[in-house]
Amino acid sequence: MTTSTVDLKKLYSKDKKKKILVIFSIFLALIVTILISLSFGASSPRLSEALTVIFSKTFPFLNIGSASPLSETIIWTIRLPRIVLAIIAGAGLATAGATMQGILRNPLVSSYILGISSAAGFGAALAIVFGVSIATFAGYLVIGNAFIFCLIAMVIVYSIARIRGMSSESVILAGVAVGFLFSALLSLIQYIAPERNAVTAIVFWLMGGLYTASWQNILICLPIVAIAMILMMTQAWNINVLSMGEDVAVSLGVNSKRILSINMILETVATASIISFTGIIGFVDLIAPHISRMLIGNDHRYLIPCSALMGALMLLGADTVARLIIMPTELPVGIVTSLIGVPFFIYLLIHKRRHRFS
Amino acid sequence: MKLTINNLSFGYAGVSILKNIDLNVEIGELIAIVGPNGSGKSTLLKCMNRILKTKPNSILINDQDTSKLSIKELSKLMGYVPQTSVSAFPFTVFDVVMMGRKPYVHWSIGERDNGIVFQMMTLLGIDHLAMRQFSELSGGEQQKVIIARALAQQPQILLLDEPTSSLDIKHQLEILCILKGLTQSKGHAVIVSIHDLNLASRFCDKLFMLKQGSIYAMGTPEEVLTAKNIDAVYGIKADVSISTTGKPIVIPVVNDFADFTSKISFFFEEKEELKI
Repeated sequence: MTTSTVDLKKLYSKDKKKKILVIFSIFLALIVTILISLSFGASSPRLSEALTVIFSKTFPFLNIGSASPLSETIIWTIRLPRIVLAIIAGAGLATAGATMQGILRNPLVSSYILGISSAAGFGAALAIVFGVSIATFAGYLVIGNAFIFCLIAMVIVYSIARIRGMSSESVILAGVAVGFLFSALLSLIQYIAPERNAVTAIVFWLMGGLYTASWQNILICLPIVAIAMILMMTQAWNINVLSMGEDVAVSLGVNSKRILSINMILETVATASIISFTGIIGFVDLIAPHISRMLIGNDHRYLIPCSALMGALMLLGADTVARLIIMPTELPVGIVTSLIGVPFFIYLLIHKRRHRFS
Repeated sequence: MKLTINNLSFGYAGVSILKNIDLNVEIGELIAIVGPNGSGKSTLLKCMNRILKTKPNSILINDQDTSKLSIKELSKLMGYVPQTSVSAFPFTVFDVVMMGRKPYVHWSIGERDNGIVFQMMTLLGIDHLAMRQFSELSGGEQQKVIIARALAQQPQILLLDEPTSSLDIKHQLEILCILKGLTQSKGHAVIVSIHDLNLASRFCDKLFMLKQGSIYAMGTPEEVLTAKNIDAVYGIKADVSISTTGKPIVIPVVNDFADFTSKISFFFEEKEELKI
């Protein structure tokens, strides 16, 4: 059974088209979810009004006419920033998760592998309870401190791993250890916190959520995450090669240690600048890449963009459900992501064993 | 094109693995590195490929010091096939072979890269497997995929770490015939580390026999594979005769099983007693 090169090329381009189709479908699903999310909420404005507000705000010269001031406020200052933040956070976390899984060659790795979730939690708790912050940017006491402690965790993990020769095992072990250290410190703060309110605030922060969304926050978060994401995507080839092992990577001209260092920094900066604003949003960063792997395969040139879209879709979908399910109050988004995401993931896990995508 | 190794020594954390290795490989040669487990065969290959870093001026290609080359430049000259290949995530055969183009492409794959990948798969007879998962293939097929990947690097020197050790006799012959073909018609120099002395004898132009990190003997199969050398390096008795191919053939001889038999029976007797 031999295939001629022409057939082979056809087969290959069919495979490529299938991948692009998958990415495009997820993109369409994301657009639909955005529209749904725009048009439902605790108050009245519907889709047509929402679109009027968005177009009149973004293209004022078009003179589309304007919606009522109330609708305008709800759409422009409440719903839209929240949607944008959900997309940034979902995409950023999933991209970071996908690249770290690839580089550390471990499917259990999430974007919090370097201990940064506990570190961010500790930084935030420190600021909430004692009002102490290493980095206080005007009004950004908690956010700034959470961010800085992420970087501190990364530097500690990096230094330990560096001594041990920058192997993926050493990064994972150091990350787990540093994570436990910060989570112990976080528990300590909660235990000795003088006020009950502060403890509640910490728990609330740790649960994570997109309710802090505002254009001002997005303006800080978006450029950092976008640049980090683009740089992570340029690593796709390197990550592909690294998944065959560090020795093989070197023999193919890839400096595995340098790639690991670069991606640790990119990943930390992206994740830290998201979770400083949103609190710890888990699960998306672990599962979105896995769902994408099942749908599109493991070529990271396709996998990373696919994971980004999938992460955005999952987080926005979950947040929309979280907002709508017990109106007028809302559920923490983390609960919804797991409740919806886990059954879907288990379905894929079982289903894909029989019908393997090629 | 020639590869020169010049007084190479290497060790991990004070433990010396390779001692004063001198070695010359010319284009068109199929070279075998033989020796007992732990004699430094794999380490030597990894040093050649700079997976392990060595002192400057110990490994030269065309009299140029490889430690002055970037690993990317080196990867265009030298391909490496490891002993076992496990991928952390499932990849198709096509994707695995395409990784060999890594030294040449940064992001987008050109027509030329596609062409080379298809060509290498056809050369090794694995084109019909292109869209299969690498991890689902048999050991022999996987080995061919990895050789195709190394060839997609368009190297002049190919290093293979025990390419035949997990294969059946037919696949062993197939792989070595491919390597022989590469040296004879395509102008590659191929260096394999190999345990099977008879395969090395049948196919390789030159043998380097390592003993505890030093080259104990080198030369043609006839010169290296002598009963005396085998006894000195492996510590076993062997009959060496000449096969119908004109190459030496090695048959291990154990004159006395008595020692092992008594040891083993003693061990089992003790176990029986324990049961009671």
